[in-house]
Amino acid sequence: MRIAVASGKGGTGKTTIAASLALSLTEAGTLPIFLDGDVEAPNAHLFLNPTFEKRQEVAIQIPQVDDDKCTYCGKCAEVCQYHAIVMMGRKTLVFPQLCHGCGSCARVCPEHAIRETPQVIGVLERGPARSGIPFARGMLNIGEPMAVPVIRQLKHWIEPRAGQLEILDAPPGTSCPVVESMRGADFILLVTEPTPFGLHDLRLAVQVAHELKIPIGVVINRDGIGDDRVDAFCQSEGLPILMRVPFERAIAEGIARGKTLVDIHPEYTDRFRQLFMQIAALQ
Amino acid sequence: MKIVISAISPDLDSVIDPRFGRAAYFVVVDTNTLEWQSYPNPGANASGGAGTQAAQYIARLGAGVVVSGDFGPNAYNALDAADIAMYLLGTSQTVREAVENYKADQLASASAPTSPGHHQR
Repeated sequence: MRIAVASGKGGTGKTTIAASLALSLTEAGTLPIFLDGDVEAPNAHLFLNPTFEKRQEVAIQIPQVDDDKCTYCGKCAEVCQYHAIVMMGRKTLVFPQLCHGCGSCARVCPEHAIRETPQVIGVLERGPARSGIPFARGMLNIGEPMAVPVIRQLKHWIEPRAGQLEILDAPPGTSCPVVESMRGADFILLVTEPTPFGLHDLRLAVQVAHELKIPIGVVINRDGIGDDRVDAFCQSEGLPILMRVPFERAIAEGIARGKTLVDIHPEYTDRFRQLFMQIAALQ
Repeated sequence: MKIVISAISPDLDSVIDPRFGRAAYFVVVDTNTLEWQSYPNPGANASGGAGTQAAQYIARLGAGVVVSGDFGPNAYNALDAADIAMYLLGTSQTVREAVENYKADQLASASAPTSPGHHQR
């Protein structure tokens, strides 16, 4: 079972909730796997302190055109959805920064004039974290625009054992990297805050989850600030609110020191176990 | 001589669309006769690669000169590879004015990408 922790809005507490949930479930048989899918700015390691033991580069396949074989038929440019390969008169140009590495151009080339060469765009790292949690993260290289292949490979890097839970900390937003983080998850935990900003982006994230047909639960963080419109929205949409974390100075101070909710308030361990039971029941 | 101008509507007196890759229309004008024809930009709403797509379209239209307000790095490199000259609109407001300014040699040519681009995959 995989739970993706997402939010829409950045800074709502996805990583805090994901890390606290993982630490609360370490005594129940198998350890949960923790995946930091926020590959543009991974920071779950600050809460879970992994020791990285393995490293693997993430590459995508970029086309190279053999000008001697190319007949300028334009089939590659026609098939490319990203306009990463274009016909400019009698020149076939490749724009690697636009390429998604799908391989369609090489497949449709009748002259076999396209060879694919790997281009490294990021790296995966893994190792044991606090309480022995198997931890892995993806990191997109600086200047690379495409996070999706890094997240896709991260999801398949550690093979879960039968019944082993995976917790994937998703990036903020609702674009491709978030879709890739949610895809294949059995449950999406949306962390929000009761502000107009939290609500606005929660609506978007809910739409993505609905599109993917994955069940949703909501955690309201910084409960007590803002207004009650997130509550009203969840009620009208039939979204279960599974936890509320109050807006509290002790929590903010603890998080600023790299502590999770279960370190700051040990009673949260039970609350997160109950949260997980509710998720399992909603499956 | 055929030149292409990016435009917000499909005619000779249209206001110029300062964006190249995401221009609404391309108006192709014969500088001698002022005969013109307009084409909707197929990549105006592309999720990505609008610049390269537009450049490829311009190459197919057979124009040797493009006038616009901005050429990103991908569009610039594609147009440059096909030896299509790029000019900046300067003070031109409409397609017709851009043609007149081009003929009067009043337009600056773009010798490098004019913006860092918005490409994202």
